[in-house]
Amino acid sequence: MIIEDSDVIVSIKGLSAEIDGTPILKGVDLEIKAGEVHAIMGRNGSGKSTLSKVLAGHPAYTVTSGEVVFHGEDLLELEPEVRSRKGVFLAFQYPLEIPGVSNLDFLRAAYNSRRKAQGLEELDAFEFDEVVEEKLDVVKMDPAFLTRSVNEGFSGGEKKRNEILQMALLEPSLAILDETDSGLDIDALRIVAEGVNQLTNATNATLMITHYQRLLDYIQPDFIHVMHDGQIIRTGGKELALELEAKGYDWIDEQLAVGAA
Amino acid sequence: MGFTTERISNSDRAIDPSPVEKRAAYLAKLLALTHPGRDASPFVALFQVDSTANLVFQGIETLQNQAAARILELAIPSPRDENWRFTDLSKLLALDLAAAAVAGQLDERHQQLDEGSFVPAEAIAPYCLPGTSRLVFVDGVYAAHLSDLGSVADTITLGQGSSLTMTALESLAKLPDADEVFTTLNTASFQDVAVIRAQPNAVLAQPIHLLFVSIADRTLAHPRCWIRAETGSNITLIEDYVSLGEGSSFTNAVTEVVLGENTVVNHSRIQRENAQAVHIGKTAVIQARDSRYCNIAVQLGGGLSRHNLEVHHQGTQVQSNVYGLAIAAADQLMDTHSNIQYNEPHCQSNQLYKAIATDRGRSVFNGRINVPQKAQQTNATQLNRNLLLSHRARIDTKPQLEIVADNVKCTHGATVSQLEDNQVFYLQSRGIDRVSAQKLLIEAFALEILHKLPSEHLRQTLATSVMRLTEEVL
Repeated sequence: MIIEDSDVIVSIKGLSAEIDGTPILKGVDLEIKAGEVHAIMGRNGSGKSTLSKVLAGHPAYTVTSGEVVFHGEDLLELEPEVRSRKGVFLAFQYPLEIPGVSNLDFLRAAYNSRRKAQGLEELDAFEFDEVVEEKLDVVKMDPAFLTRSVNEGFSGGEKKRNEILQMALLEPSLAILDETDSGLDIDALRIVAEGVNQLTNATNATLMITHYQRLLDYIQPDFIHVMHDGQIIRTGGKELALELEAKGYDWIDEQLAVGAA
Repeated sequence: MGFTTERISNSDRAIDPSPVEKRAAYLAKLLALTHPGRDASPFVALFQVDSTANLVFQGIETLQNQAAARILELAIPSPRDENWRFTDLSKLLALDLAAAAVAGQLDERHQQLDEGSFVPAEAIAPYCLPGTSRLVFVDGVYAAHLSDLGSVADTITLGQGSSLTMTALESLAKLPDADEVFTTLNTASFQDVAVIRAQPNAVLAQPIHLLFVSIADRTLAHPRCWIRAETGSNITLIEDYVSLGEGSSFTNAVTEVVLGENTVVNHSRIQRENAQAVHIGKTAVIQARDSRYCNIAVQLGGGLSRHNLEVHHQGTQVQSNVYGLAIAAADQLMDTHSNIQYNEPHCQSNQLYKAIATDRGRSVFNGRINVPQKAQQTNATQLNRNLLLSHRARIDTKPQLEIVADNVKCTHGATVSQLEDNQVFYLQSRGIDRVSAQKLLIEAFALEILHKLPSEHLRQTLATSVMRLTEEVL
């Protein structure tokens, strides 16, 4: 929802980043305010996922210029774990499997690191059980998944639900969903989307990265941005997604060609 | 003795580290330090000795003397021996060992140990495992006052002389690979034998903890175990090697396990001696039809540690599950050589060996699986996974599948990797700091094996040790 005069959660200005010397982001500008849901669309290789990883602090990417201000603080200076504790959450496109680490222990470690940063007391296993039990309902997840190793042997849909479960526990102020819809069947997509919708409110913000318009039927964005070659080249409302869906990404190329001529 | 040791660099294994005369002389010295000799009273069966013990005594003496004679024709192996290619025994040759700390004839030693002042019960307390029956050996000599048989079922005979029939003992030193040099040295030199015989259909509720304590003061020990599970029995053993002191020691252990038909033996082997120790251990197993054997070998201690595992199938529908975890920190070398010898159809084995090498540590794995023509319908899996935490650490891994049978399923794999950056980042992105994330991943790597151990207390103790050994490099 767009709220008049709400707080700026994140402000990205002229952000450029590279991996192994190859520039991927070439000056991204984006401002997201409390209550808003943004969607970034674009072709594979346009830099969408890179933007999400740079915001979360993935060590493989080097920021070459620009700034990211998160709640008035320089986000790029912070270690990934500090970003998380301050409220940045990245739902991974490919959630990692961690054999040997129980999902429940992992969730509790993550939850407690956040609480510690907030000056709250850490929860013991017993207390945490109650918290997690309640959150399982958000993504309709079977408690049996808690005792298994993190994401090990989970189906694509189960992994994505596990990501949203983490989001529900960590209550981020900026949730970045990196292609959370990809590879999901329609039932799983609905469950994941409903989970996200339950978690959005007037004080937090969501940034969805997606390749497909389908997700936007379930999570209604306030703004849609089109990314191309490391830049946001168009911004609009919901109608932009429909236009993209109807005309395809080639339409963007044509527009660019016209602009260049 | 006229023998001098010299320290030779570990780094250059292309050069024969020591001439054969020197390696033979060192072996002879080891024999002289412990072989009971013809005039000594060479063997006292554990606990009561009954009328059959005399036969046992005769058999043992001959066996030991034959082995001693053979040792004089052998030498400590060099890296030119294929089986020791990656494992340089210079560290062993450099040890200046003394005669046993518990001196005198074996019966005197038993008395000395039983006085309790030599090794007080408090000294071994940190190594005791709740919920187990415990047999303690100090430098290869049985220590009754430290042992606690607990609630061992009547159906299990623990080291009773009466259970050692001549027939049974004939299999002593007859198991696979018995003429290998270190096994021969053990056969010539062992003091007491931990004898465990599960009678037919006996099911042991508690694990048996075989605790082998090294005084670790230039000491030498040849622990020997002889395990026999009779038809239909089910036993759990924890073989455990620890050091009391900080000094040097050489432990040369041999365990023979005979599984009767339709038996289950769950066998853990923990090596957690001090960093000065040189440890060479053999586990030789024979399985009759429908038996299931599980071996979980954990190597954490010792400057040089080698485990040789021989599993031979002698019947159909046999299952062998063999697992291992080795941590090579500082300048430790951890070596596992395993050989699974199939002989019959419809058998299966699952093997998972994991190693972590940090600092200047080295890990060696050689896993042979032999499937002859007769062993059709074999189902064998082998996986060796290694975690390399330092640029100076080294891992050598060699799967060795020899398959003649044509209707079998055999898979193998070996991986060497560092901690995966993406996994670390995933944990960091959930608020877990970098070092904690790395620790979590290392612990998880090790726990996959440690979780299989039958004692919660042991799992926790070893997990703590693994973290202590690996955290310095983070």
